Amino acid sequence: MTKSDAIQFMDKQAIDRAITRIAHEILERNGGAESLVIVGILTRGANLAARLAQAIEGIEGIAVPVGLMDINLYRDDVNYNPDLPEVRQTEILFDIDGKNLILVDDVLYTGRTIRAALSQLIDFGRPKTIQLAVLVDRGHRQLPIRADYVGKNIPTGFDDDVQVRFVERDGVDEVVLSLAAAK
Amino acid sequence: MGLSTRHLLQLEGAPREDLNLILDTAESFREILDRPIKKVPPLRGKTVLNLFYEPSTRTRISFELAEKRLSADTISFSAATSSVKKGETLKDTVRNIEAMRIDMVVVRHSSAGVPYYLTQCLEANIVNAGDGAHEHPTQGLLDIFTIRRKYKKIDGLRVLLVGDIRHSRVARSNIWGLKTLGASVAVCGPTTLLPYEVERFGVDVYTNIDEAMEGVDVVNILRIQLERQQAGLFPSQREYTNLFGITAERLTRLNPNYTIMHPGPMNRGVEITNEVADGPASVILEQVTNGQAVRMAVLFLLSGADKRETDLTKTE
Repeated sequence: MTKSDAIQFMDKQAIDRAITRIAHEILERNGGAESLVIVGILTRGANLAARLAQAIEGIEGIAVPVGLMDINLYRDDVNYNPDLPEVRQTEILFDIDGKNLILVDDVLYTGRTIRAALSQLIDFGRPKTIQLAVLVDRGHRQLPIRADYVGKNIPTGFDDDVQVRFVERDGVDEVVLSLAAAK
Repeated sequence: MGLSTRHLLQLEGAPREDLNLILDTAESFREILDRPIKKVPPLRGKTVLNLFYEPSTRTRISFELAEKRLSADTISFSAATSSVKKGETLKDTVRNIEAMRIDMVVVRHSSAGVPYYLTQCLEANIVNAGDGAHEHPTQGLLDIFTIRRKYKKIDGLRVLLVGDIRHSRVARSNIWGLKTLGASVAVCGPTTLLPYEVERFGVDVYTNIDEAMEGVDVVNILRIQLERQQAGLFPSQREYTNLFGITAERLTRLNPNYTIMHPGPMNRGVEITNEVADGPASVILEQVTNGQAVRMAVLFLLSGADKRETDLTKTE
């Protein structure tokens, strides 16, 4: 696969606008930021969660608590995948009981990561609602899961590769699609 | 990613990468112990047998809790109430139990080498929970983990083990693990309680506690087994306390920000005074909490060491 086979679907401006719009949608639906907490799924969901919280603070002036979560212990393929997943930190240092919890990930695909995240969140408490925000929905769900807030829908083939890159981790803000046929 | 072994028998010869992987993974598991629901699912459907041929309180409870917190099914076996009393051999006992579909065995035995022997007659992953005077690898790992959490490193620290080094599996596991990770290790105790050719461990050897404590960051105080006195290895408890007991006055020779450890069970007033055991530098109870996280990490990583090969389920 060469670089030229990758198609850029979102640039920095598009990502910023999507995050700002999602922040407004979250505030509208939840009637403000008081009841909100945000949890991002490692690794890029955590970056996105931090940005969403920043956007919400910019609009409402309220700092929403942000946590991060590693879902690897809750994966459904632990017994099927020959490589043991690396278990990383989970940090949810606030009470989620009765909150409107915004679960954040970069890409929504099969839905299995979100299923694992939901199982794990329930072990931390009982939020009033759990709402899902993703930057990209690329389809191909294998479970009955949908996002409440979507930055962009990107039609993909099952074997294509969608990469979200954030400047704090990858040096650039962009969403790139690499076609499987080009591999 | 994974361990280079499917059993945990000893820290001697364990590669640095394995030790670091266990310690890093334990760091992630440590957080689970602070959650309202202290349970995660990765060992669902696995069965772990705790085979204890020697009495134990904290190690056994710690392993059992670690297993339950990983959602494994657990069975605990103690030799005192089993068919061992009827003369059944170790091999027959474990093979009969394995016939009941056991995935992992945690074993403690008074004879060194029993965990190794079990790897030769069983398919299950074997975890050594203490074998004779050989090793107690999870205790060594939890001591190292506790040190690493405080100092954020092991490399370059000076660690002193005090007491009955000769009969101590805890000391051996600590020495091997710490040295692999770059600490400098010293031991101190009466000559009768030091192993023959103790220098071969690559440690500094002292018989004077005040000299030994000079420039040390961590003091790990081993339990003095009172039955050793009957064996004539030291003349009296009181003399041991005078010569080797860790008192507040002796701590002044240590480096600032020093740490006091004890693997338990403590003989208060013998090898350690109340003042030291309950003092601000003591991490003795933290060791116990951390033990669970370390044991969870070991069980989790060993369970992944021999996964059946199947199609990768593609996830995002």
